[in-house]
Amino acid sequence: MAYLMAFLIGGALCAVAQAITDLLKLNPALTMVLSVSAGAILSSLSLYGPLVKVASAGATVPLPGFGHVLVQGMLEGATEGGFIGLMAGGLKAASLVLTIAILAGFFLSLFFNPKG
Amino acid sequence: MTAVPKRMGNQTVGFSQPPRILSVATVAGPREGAGPMGSLLDLVVEDTLVGCKTWEQAEASMLESAVNLCLKKANMSSDKVQFLIAGDLLNQIVSSSYMARQVGIPFIGIYGACSTVSEGIALAAMIIDGGFADYVLVATSSHHNTAERQYRYPTEFGNQRPPTAQWTVTGAAAILLTSQVKSGPMVTSATVGKVLDMGIKDPNDMGSAMAPAAADTIHRHLTDTGRRPQDYNAILTGDLGMVGKKIAGELLRKSGLDLDGILDDCGLKIYSGSQDPHSGASGCACSGLVLGCSLWPQLASGSLRRVLLVATGALHSPLSVQQGESIPSVAHAVCLEG
Amino acid sequence: MGESMKTKQQQAYQQLANQSAPPRPVVRNVVCAFIVGGSICLIGQLFWSFLMSRGISPKQTAAMVSGFIALLGAVLTAIGVYDELGRFGGMGAALPVSGFANSIVSAALEFKREGMILGMASKMFVIAGPVIVYGLATAFIVSLIQYAIGAVVK
Repeated sequence: MAYLMAFLIGGALCAVAQAITDLLKLNPALTMVLSVSAGAILSSLSLYGPLVKVASAGATVPLPGFGHVLVQGMLEGATEGGFIGLMAGGLKAASLVLTIAILAGFFLSLFFNPKG
Repeated sequence: MTAVPKRMGNQTVGFSQPPRILSVATVAGPREGAGPMGSLLDLVVEDTLVGCKTWEQAEASMLESAVNLCLKKANMSSDKVQFLIAGDLLNQIVSSSYMARQVGIPFIGIYGACSTVSEGIALAAMIIDGGFADYVLVATSSHHNTAERQYRYPTEFGNQRPPTAQWTVTGAAAILLTSQVKSGPMVTSATVGKVLDMGIKDPNDMGSAMAPAAADTIHRHLTDTGRRPQDYNAILTGDLGMVGKKIAGELLRKSGLDLDGILDDCGLKIYSGSQDPHSGASGCACSGLVLGCSLWPQLASGSLRRVLLVATGALHSPLSVQQGESIPSVAHAVCLEG
Repeated sequence: MGESMKTKQQQAYQQLANQSAPPRPVVRNVVCAFIVGGSICLIGQLFWSFLMSRGISPKQTAAMVSGFIALLGAVLTAIGVYDELGRFGGMGAALPVSGFANSIVSAALEFKREGMILGMASKMFVIAGPVIVYGLATAFIVSLIQYAIGAVVK
């Protein structure tokens, strides 16, 4: 069941993003930016949390999940350390995925070339 | 033969002693080699890097191969060629300059984006008919990967292209023109186009951006020469693709010219549909390859008598598009006769 | 007068161009995006269940799953597979965090020929940078509002 929900919700998020991209003729980079921001807004409205409960990876793996992580990290930081905690909490929560992506870019570029 | 006036109408020049096209050489990448014209190419490279370190170097090296092949086919040495006219799509036309560094022929660099082939042939023919040179080489190149990384995204970025997008041809073409032979395909007239801009801003829809320029130049050429479309075996636009060709046909019909069965586009001849080129091929090499593989041999054999090659260029830069400017376009026509 | 005439002509032309453009295959694209995106999330969920069964906390699990999918996207980019996946799956490949990694790794590979400092390292963020900037800015604004409301209510 968890697998099915992850597939369905994750797929649905991508399908919505695709429909928006095609119908509004957006540039894919713009859709990616909008998705993260949309995830952040939904998260603060307490709408994204329930989606994560239902779909697990299906909601955290797509980019809106990244926005959700940033907001939840900031809010958690705020309860512990006020405004400074809020400022520090976002990237702290997202640090693993950011570090992996950046280090992968660095190390893989040492060994691989674009195929074109 | 009656003397041809040097100027016809507002935009067209006629050549009283039409320069002949002595040889054309074509070099292209594996994707083009697998296309419908693959077997007609002079050289198909197996790897788009051609053994170079960067795609930019690869493009310059393909251009150099095309120039050398063209000279070899005509049995000429480079020191007899008085001018080399070349251009490409990269910033500051570096492919052409690096090629010119190697071949050592006096160099005239031009930028006309994908209209470079006919712009170059028109200039070469004027130089020759004006008596300033006996031999002039025209060369141009494009490379899918250099164009992608300059105009769009990194090549490994997983984006989806809209159906109006075109695929830049990886290849190079070189054309040798001369006043010194009395047979072979010749350039009889040329129409230099005006830059038009109908406000299209989408760099993924260059066919729509360029169609008005193509239609305008074709219309202008026919008016200036007093000919009908039927006087040509074919009128070939450069790289309008499916989208642009349809619009250009429509625009010409609106101005009272019916080009059904005569109007075609080089961008539709490089790849087969199964190669998923979306709207068609594009790039400086696109019309150059069609000239070398299809037009020149058919004009030489007599199966085509007169064709109009109207290469089209979108004259934007990545910077101008990011700043919200629309895409200015140009088309130049050269009339080739067998 | 010349200017407004020109604009009118341009508008008429843009209408013609719009009519002539082939429609985007929206239904096909949406279905492909659904399948590709869903499958990537399903792979994430397999890892998720594995981690949870090992007694790792949900928060830690979520972070590790995203990290794993990003790494997967990065490797598939390096071996030249992810651009094909993106061509087929559109946003289905771009929206998962593997697509975010793809945007970083593809730029790093592409621009390393302009040097490891001003090429690879600086242009790595050409697409991912905006995602981080706007993500952080939006998150900051909405979190600050929520934090301020909380403080006032208290």
